Amino acid sequence: MMKLLTSLFVGLTLLSAPVHAQSGPLRLEIDEGIIEPMPFAVPNFVPDGPAAAQYAQDISRVVAADLTGTGLFREISADAFISRVSSFDAPVQFADWKAINAQALVTGAVNVSGKRLTVRFRVWDVFSGQELGEGLQLAGTTDGWRRMAHKVSDQVYSRITGEGGYFDSRVAFVSESGPKNQRLKRLAIMDYDGANVQYLTDSAAIVLAPRFSPTGDRLLYTSYESGSPRIYVLDVGRVKKQELKTQDGTMSFSPRFSPDGRSIVYSLIQGGNTDLWKMDLASGQSVRLTNTPAIETAPSYSPDGSQIVFESDRSGTPQLYVMPSGGGEPTRISFGQGRYGTPVWSPRGDLIAFTKQNKGRFHIGVMRTNGDEERLLTSSFLDEGPTWSPNGRVIMFTRETQGASGRSSLYSVDISGRNLRPVRTPDGGSDPSWGPLQN
Amino acid sequence: MNVLGKILALGALSVIAACTSNDPSALGGGGPGGSGAIVPGSPSDPRSPAYFQQTVGDRVLFSVDQSTLTPQAQTTLQGQADWLMSNPDFVATIEGHADEQGTREYNLALGARRANAAREFLISRGVAGNRLKTVSYGKERPIEICSTEECYSKNRRAVTVLTGSTLG
Repeated sequence: MMKLLTSLFVGLTLLSAPVHAQSGPLRLEIDEGIIEPMPFAVPNFVPDGPAAAQYAQDISRVVAADLTGTGLFREISADAFISRVSSFDAPVQFADWKAINAQALVTGAVNVSGKRLTVRFRVWDVFSGQELGEGLQLAGTTDGWRRMAHKVSDQVYSRITGEGGYFDSRVAFVSESGPKNQRLKRLAIMDYDGANVQYLTDSAAIVLAPRFSPTGDRLLYTSYESGSPRIYVLDVGRVKKQELKTQDGTMSFSPRFSPDGRSIVYSLIQGGNTDLWKMDLASGQSVRLTNTPAIETAPSYSPDGSQIVFESDRSGTPQLYVMPSGGGEPTRISFGQGRYGTPVWSPRGDLIAFTKQNKGRFHIGVMRTNGDEERLLTSSFLDEGPTWSPNGRVIMFTRETQGASGRSSLYSVDISGRNLRPVRTPDGGSDPSWGPLQN
Repeated sequence: MNVLGKILALGALSVIAACTSNDPSALGGGGPGGSGAIVPGSPSDPRSPAYFQQTVGDRVLFSVDQSTLTPQAQTTLQGQADWLMSNPDFVATIEGHADEQGTREYNLALGARRANAAREFLISRGVAGNRLKTVSYGKERPIEICSTEECYSKNRRAVTVLTGSTLG
């Protein structure tokens, strides 16, 4: 798997643009609340030979699925097409695409030579008759075709929305099977869309809450393999783990990397009391950040590393607080009704996602970093544990259903609250951690 | 092994039960004292882990989001303390658990509070701290799986698990 990922992209080249390089008027301003998705067409990419035919079709389908999955775009079925695209370099028949109201058009070509796969694509603003950005060529290996498709989608998305994409990214999560009282949990990693699931641990011990490093090379997680909860760091490429030792007789959990990846903040339980600590990974030395008889847990850094948002029940119920990342006086930011937990700072720095429990329901919500403008995005019997897409537009979380046959699965939702979707996994899933865009 | 020891331990248990509990039956249903032969290691053997589990009572329950010990929990723990004092070869791990209402992280911390509350009580009644470890499972190991208070009340628990004898 890792070999594939590190050797995948041997090149990403600008194609010489036959038409205007500057973007035309086609622009989706997604902060203004899109209700009506933008219609687009992705005619099958043109294969340059029989060996490329299946890849060309599959890549086109993944690009279409990525864009449709955002809820911001609506694909126009190939049945409606007037034009066929049989040559990548032939002029686009804009009138034919206008006639079916395709506002955006993605054309592409696929070449396969042995194990080498090359994808070229262009994005068109149909109604202005202009190319949006410049054509690009991606080169890699055939077994990395999905990633190349996601790369195309990221380009299309960011050219049309002006924001970074999130498709060429991975999600670490806990794969769950078995009934509630005998649940088996395994650490797993997959593409953001649920493809290419790879298991990183067996189910011999309970594992909880993997957390990606800022570059995606490592995962922090909690495991009971020693008999009590302890934090481990796992090298994703080599699937090699190491315990992060804390004092004897303590339990540790809820770790998260600092933005520079050199230290972690985590919860340590001593004598029944849970406080926040910070560990320097090079030395293994820990320092205490909070010291109260209350529960302090679920810490998350601001993207600039200067602050930590966390959950504490020092007021009597779990609420959200922000403190300087070296410790110090926290400021409470949650004041609505109910109980707040698992705050996670957005990668853009502007919002904090959280779990809220109120009147017997659970919600995923977002608020400004000072607690203003709280908005609840979901509601169910049990939603928890939000994680942000790399561009800060989408939140993935755990939803558990009620009752004896209750099951955990992953869902995603746009920060507008729209486009709630299940994320398909082979078994049940929980505790997602959305990694960064891959290189 | 030592029949006299067993009988003494049993006697001590009964006396304390009478002293500390308004409801002597809280120590467990039935109890020993029948006329049948005691099978070593069976629930009828008052020095057996099975007796501890079933007759003394290995678990205490908690209210929603609470880690304070109810009077009933204190009675059970008093019985556990007496048993552990009478059976000094055993060490125990106290497992703290929560129901599914609440986030994974908070429940892990809450389970630790519950396990520690039980441990502190046992220590206050004379059990050596180095015989008592704690672990929190949060909401990871429910014993009842329905999503109603009937199940939740049994899942909010601290369970004292005898993890073997210090003498091996």
